[in-house]
Amino acid sequence: MDTLITDLKKQIVDQLNLQDIKPEDIGDEQPLFVEGLGLDSIDALELIVLLQQHYKIKLANAEDGPKVFYSVKTMADYIRANQPKTAL
Amino acid sequence: MLQENNYITASCEISNHIIYKNKEAVFENKNASLADFLISAYNHFDLKYPKFYKMDFLSKLGWLASEILLKDSFQHANYKSEEIGIVLANSNSSLDTDLKYFESTKDFASPSLFVYTLPNIVMGEICIKNKFKGENAFFIQETFDANFVQQYVNNLLNNNILQACICGWVDVLHENYEALLFLIEKDEKNNPIPFTGENMV
Repeated sequence: MDTLITDLKKQIVDQLNLQDIKPEDIGDEQPLFVEGLGLDSIDALELIVLLQQHYKIKLANAEDGPKVFYSVKTMADYIRANQPKTAL
Repeated sequence: MLQENNYITASCEISNHIIYKNKEAVFENKNASLADFLISAYNHFDLKYPKFYKMDFLSKLGWLASEILLKDSFQHANYKSEEIGIVLANSNSSLDTDLKYFESTKDFASPSLFVYTLPNIVMGEICIKNKFKGENAFFIQETFDANFVQQYVNNLLNNNILQACICGWVDVLHENYEALLFLIEKDEKNNPIPFTGENMV
């Protein structure tokens, strides 16, 4: 079980106030915007806040947004690739 | 000749955790917090509009009141979208959300709170749901000035700027709130209540 993806789904539901949706009902590769979960532009800003708040990642280029936030899986891939390494 | 007489064709009041439609109690949840009361009312009336969960208290309260006001009382098909407007007032503006947004800026400023830091957004939410495209106006008043709202709305109707209008008071700060909405139309329909300031309090 990918704990990052599980955690991300819970964080997305909490951050975006999706009270009518259960985290486990969000598909790993389900589109988050337009179709799929149907998120909007304000939700996109909240996801940027989520990356900073929970993973200390700032989106380097705004143009990368659509790719990074396409699905929970693309978000998880971006986090793994960009999360700051904590010193031991 | 300008029409002088307009009519209150429906009303909705939400206060003290009771919802009244046309002065008849239709829902009650006395012991809940405001957040839980609003959700329980949303579920009770089976409203099915997921955006509701993202709204702030002011928008939830006003949108909920408008849904109950309009249900079985309003025929949108009788009007063009540009002919239906909203005129509201309150005392606390968007202060309830302003304070929550300010708190969020101490950590990470919340975009989803920020978009509700203007009181007129509640009218936007009602218009989006119902596809109303007529004039909107939101006034800040110390207490509900029914005569002012009545004159303002009458002017819009009598000059054919609107043909129907939702008007009233929607206010919230922390756990204190009140919503009082009226549907104003030109046609008398059944049991017409003349649109006067006295009939709005």
